[in-house]
Amino acid sequence: MSAPARTLRTREPLAFPMMLYAVLFVGLGLMYIIGLSLMTRGADFTAGAPYTLHNYERILSPLYLRSLLQSLRLAFYTALFCMLLGYPFAYFMAKASPRARTWIMMLLIVPFWTNALIRIYGWKILFSTSGPINAALLAIGIIQRPLKLLYTDFSVQVGMIYAMIPFMVLPVYSAVERMDWSTVEAARDLGANPMKAFLTITLPMTLPGILAGLVLTFIPSIGLFFLSDLLGGSNTMLWGNMVHNELLKSRDLPFAAALSVVLLALTGIVILIYRRMGGRAESMVF
Amino acid sequence: MPDAPVLLSLRGLRKTFDTQEAVSGIDLDVYAGEFLTLLGPSGCGKTTTLRIIAGLEMPTAGSVHLDGQDITRLAPEKRAVNTVFQNYALFPHMNVYKNIAYGLTMRNTPRKEIADKVAEMLDLVQLTGYEKRMPSQLSGGQRQRVAIARSLVLSPKLLLLDEPLGALDLQLRRSMQQELKRMQQKLGITFIYITHDQEEALTMSDRIALMRLGRFVQLDSPKGLYERPQTAFAASFIGETNLIRARAEAVKEDEVLLDVSGFNLPCLDSDWITPGEELLLSLRAERLHLSNSPVNAECWVSGELVESHYAGGERSSTIRLPDGQLLRARATTEGETEPQLGSTVFCHWNKEAGVLVRDDREEG
Repeated sequence: MSAPARTLRTREPLAFPMMLYAVLFVGLGLMYIIGLSLMTRGADFTAGAPYTLHNYERILSPLYLRSLLQSLRLAFYTALFCMLLGYPFAYFMAKASPRARTWIMMLLIVPFWTNALIRIYGWKILFSTSGPINAALLAIGIIQRPLKLLYTDFSVQVGMIYAMIPFMVLPVYSAVERMDWSTVEAARDLGANPMKAFLTITLPMTLPGILAGLVLTFIPSIGLFFLSDLLGGSNTMLWGNMVHNELLKSRDLPFAAALSVVLLALTGIVILIYRRMGGRAESMVF
Repeated sequence: MPDAPVLLSLRGLRKTFDTQEAVSGIDLDVYAGEFLTLLGPSGCGKTTTLRIIAGLEMPTAGSVHLDGQDITRLAPEKRAVNTVFQNYALFPHMNVYKNIAYGLTMRNTPRKEIADKVAEMLDLVQLTGYEKRMPSQLSGGQRQRVAIARSLVLSPKLLLLDEPLGALDLQLRRSMQQELKRMQQKLGITFIYITHDQEEALTMSDRIALMRLGRFVQLDSPKGLYERPQTAFAASFIGETNLIRARAEAVKEDEVLLDVSGFNLPCLDSDWITPGEELLLSLRAERLHLSNSPVNAECWVSGELVESHYAGGERSSTIRLPDGQLLRARATTEGETEPQLGSTVFCHWNKEAGVLVRDDREEG
């Protein structure tokens, strides 16, 4: 209902400063990266002519394609598990009493104020061979020798879900909170049991929140590098790590730029799919 | 109606939210095919009563029987009762067809049968051709009709309607009132209808339950409620009435002699009145007749004309009685002589038009 008002607003002169901001800090930056990706590397951190596509040709090697697939798979599972864990969480948070809701929201938000690196170090301790998880499993007797949890795909995956879950919970929460519950009562009244009412009414009506959450968890998961650096093994090479390595270790600016452009393109495709499915930018604002 | 079988019985129904009692003991028998209205000011417990019947709220005490079967604790989806919600509660992500088909789909009705029944309903509510529209593309009146069709398609024994016309403008309201009444009679479905609009209640209902503070004030036919209100609240909630202080001088077998501002008036109704009791005499404004000279009538008073407003077909006049009480009268302007403010006028009425009530207006 507010859609016409919104399109109107972007045409208002007041939107101009935002447009200027976007052009200066996003548009120009993007053009610089794209231009850079076509150059050839010089000495450390320099680049220049000739302008070719050879950086993109390099990406087509098995090494990078394997990394790309690994990144996409990890991002996919991250988004999936964030949805499976985050939806019930957000649902019950929205249904909780206002008092309880404030507390749950605090529990969700407060970790945000702590440095992400410090929180990841927390996971390192939890996952370590002599850490609490192994200690507990050994004590119960489920395992005889400590499990190797740290520096595996598993630890990266868990850390990623942990880092991303708020971005699923918040849009789903705001979708559930906006629900008109009389529609669910109407469904019950018309013969739907609670499960059917949830599947046919609540779930479709909160779908915009889920879609927004999927995009908001999927996209950053492809690019995060410090998480896999700290929790992952030597064979966990995600796309973010590739960019990071080319930039800071190989000091190959044009190639790092080309890798970034691929990441950007992926992001663009995800957003296109999101729009196609009826997703709206507003659903990502909570 | 009372010769029809009882469809729904409420016994000792109570509902308490935290510390607030929304429904405080309701007993009701609704007859099959009846159009019963729950009428009352907001917060009187009418919606809670309806939600208990629908199964959306569990009563704190009491029972609900449908067709002789105890359904007090039955889940809403297992009751042969459907509801038209106040805000319609249409499913915004489904088109008109799917909204109406929803209940049938839940019953695993064959696809062909669903199509037939939905088409039949669309015809009934005059929305054929709107199958593919989304609720957001419909006007208020159209949404209303989809909500009704969505419930009626299940052929419920009992349809509950919670202020279904509340959000519509006056003109649409009037035509929808007639349409609803027509559908109810055509389908023979029992309606329990909530409204706070007394005119709507009077024109549509077979019986009206006037509610206040979680209780029934009076359960009666529209005519009974209007002509013989049992309390001052009932008299003043329905229509325009004068509530005049009166003292019972003498109680006879079938009438009471009253002292109203020094006038001695007879009034029907007597068995519950004790001599000397202070009561209120309810006189409907349009049942009072005015004249400039004394009239040979059993019930009359006189006073000073203090206000007079011409309003087309009617004139509204205010008379001050000797003890200062004001009496409002509405009379046709046909053939009237221009009244003089400050003059003495005589006001008379038929004995049946006066109703004695106890003052319950300050209760609660």
